[in-house]
Amino acid sequence: METNEHGHVIEVTDLRRVYGGGFEAVRGVSFSVGRGEIFALLGTNGAGKTSTVELLEGLAPPAGGKVRVLGHDPYTERAAVRPRTGVMLQEGGFPSDLTVGETARMWAGCTSGARPEAEALALVGLERRTGVRVKQLSGGERRRLDLALALLGNPEVLFLDEPTTGLDAEGRRDTWELVRELQAGGTTVLLTTHYLEEAEDLADRLAILHEGRIAAAGTPAEVTASQPSRISFELPLGYFVGDLPPLGSLGVSGYEEEGRVVRLRTHQLQLAATRLLVWAEEAGVELRGLDVRSASLEEAFLRIAREASADTQGSTVVEERVA
Amino acid sequence: MSTVVDGVGDVGDAGTTESRTTPAGRMRALARAEATLFLRNKGTLVAALFVPLVLPFSVWSASDGMDLKETGLSAGTVILPASVGFSLLFAVYAALVGVYTARREELVLKRLRTGELRDVEILTGAALPAVVTGFVQSVLLALGCAVMLDLGMPPAPQLALIGLLLGLAICVALAALTATLSRTTESAQVTSLPLMLVSFLGSGITVPLEVLPERLASFCELLPLTPAITLVRGAWTGDLSAYEALGAVLTGLAWTVLSVFAVRRWFRWEPRH
Repeated sequence: METNEHGHVIEVTDLRRVYGGGFEAVRGVSFSVGRGEIFALLGTNGAGKTSTVELLEGLAPPAGGKVRVLGHDPYTERAAVRPRTGVMLQEGGFPSDLTVGETARMWAGCTSGARPEAEALALVGLERRTGVRVKQLSGGERRRLDLALALLGNPEVLFLDEPTTGLDAEGRRDTWELVRELQAGGTTVLLTTHYLEEAEDLADRLAILHEGRIAAAGTPAEVTASQPSRISFELPLGYFVGDLPPLGSLGVSGYEEEGRVVRLRTHQLQLAATRLLVWAEEAGVELRGLDVRSASLEEAFLRIAREASADTQGSTVVEERVA
Repeated sequence: MSTVVDGVGDVGDAGTTESRTTPAGRMRALARAEATLFLRNKGTLVAALFVPLVLPFSVWSASDGMDLKETGLSAGTVILPASVGFSLLFAVYAALVGVYTARREELVLKRLRTGELRDVEILTGAALPAVVTGFVQSVLLALGCAVMLDLGMPPAPQLALIGLLLGLAICVALAALTATLSRTTESAQVTSLPLMLVSFLGSGITVPLEVLPERLASFCELLPLTPAITLVRGAWTGDLSAYEALGAVLTGLAWTVLSVFAVRRWFRWEPRH
């Protein structure tokens, strides 16, 4: 069986992972990825991205729940899955004393239907570095070597764990371009990243992981739309939040205060901004540091992270104080 | 970056059998890479190739002081098995503890496990250069000793072959286990010492069991490398009874099974977090 009845290439149900010390890194994650889709797992460090991906790659059995890749369990049915997947781990994995060419040759000998090594290295722009030892490569070059080897076998499903970490801006663009071309060729891609623009740019759908659970999921547009827009500014001297027009009438759904800086959240950005500025005009005050920003993935991500740190550090986030 | 991808295979015929890798092919690719690394690392190269050539001379001088008359042993039947023992311990065991530890710490083992190689293929393929080195070296040392020390051809060569193969298997499996206890390649040099010392002294390498007190000798027969040495020595003395030979083979097999089981159970594929 190639896919399940819904045509999903990757199917994850209520996945759990518990480490030796009892730490529960993945706490009930479910999602699915269709053929030819690019799916991004976003999250802060320690959110459980790598722990989740390693279960999909079949490096460890889950403590609970179910994983299916191409219709098979990637851990117990390794032989059925591995010839059709390509994996790029978060870091390293190559003997430092082998050259780029020797590493590629070794990997090609272990990969079904491997394309010529030179071709794979050329895909990532490493064709002139074949004689260089791995330990002499820059961090970005190592990432690209890793990507080249993940692509050696023309995989149907590609797992990329932070593929552009350590790359410069140009290298990042090149990698995105390559991933898009792979998608055009029919490859299904699951990637993790903590670069929001990467997810926004590349992913058809994404999930934001937080503390081992999915905090938000959907297309980038859907995840963004669920988030409020934001207006922030510095309160003029002598003014307090209570001096502003009633926040409800501004269409503001909540606010935060940090020193003199006020951050308003709203789903009616134009209305809120207009009324606030009219008020400032009439009151004859200047709103320093005024920043009007529509909802973005970054906003969604930061909000989830902020709520997390509020949970753990008890900072002064005022939630939905205005009805 | 250049152009991409000749399309991903259709769903139905992806991974057709003609292009599939085989276990032998995969292990060959891995072994070739390991052989390159082996030749590139001067430290392990010297330890593996030259130490086993030098150490038998120390046993030679020590054998002068041994009272071998009542044991039926000669300088040759002391030094030849000692040479094989040194080869097993330095070229195979100690070398592989370093290899497995280094590959794990560099995340090479983890990376390999994301591919098509099965676990046993990874450990075997990585061990092949050391195993071949140990095998060839042992054969050459045995031939050298046989010629230089007037031993001639062994009356029971099959025992030597069985002993050598058992010794190789046990050394590979115990090296994998020892690597599990080693955090760095430096500490691997320390963690591999206990088995090496115990084997030098107790497995008939520097001191033949025949000159030890009987009760101590019968305990030493149970040590992991004793069967290999006993069988190699027996190949040349020709005075190993069928019962004794079978005992040694069974002990060796027991160690092989036990250590392979332990590796499957406890081997660590990734660095500790």
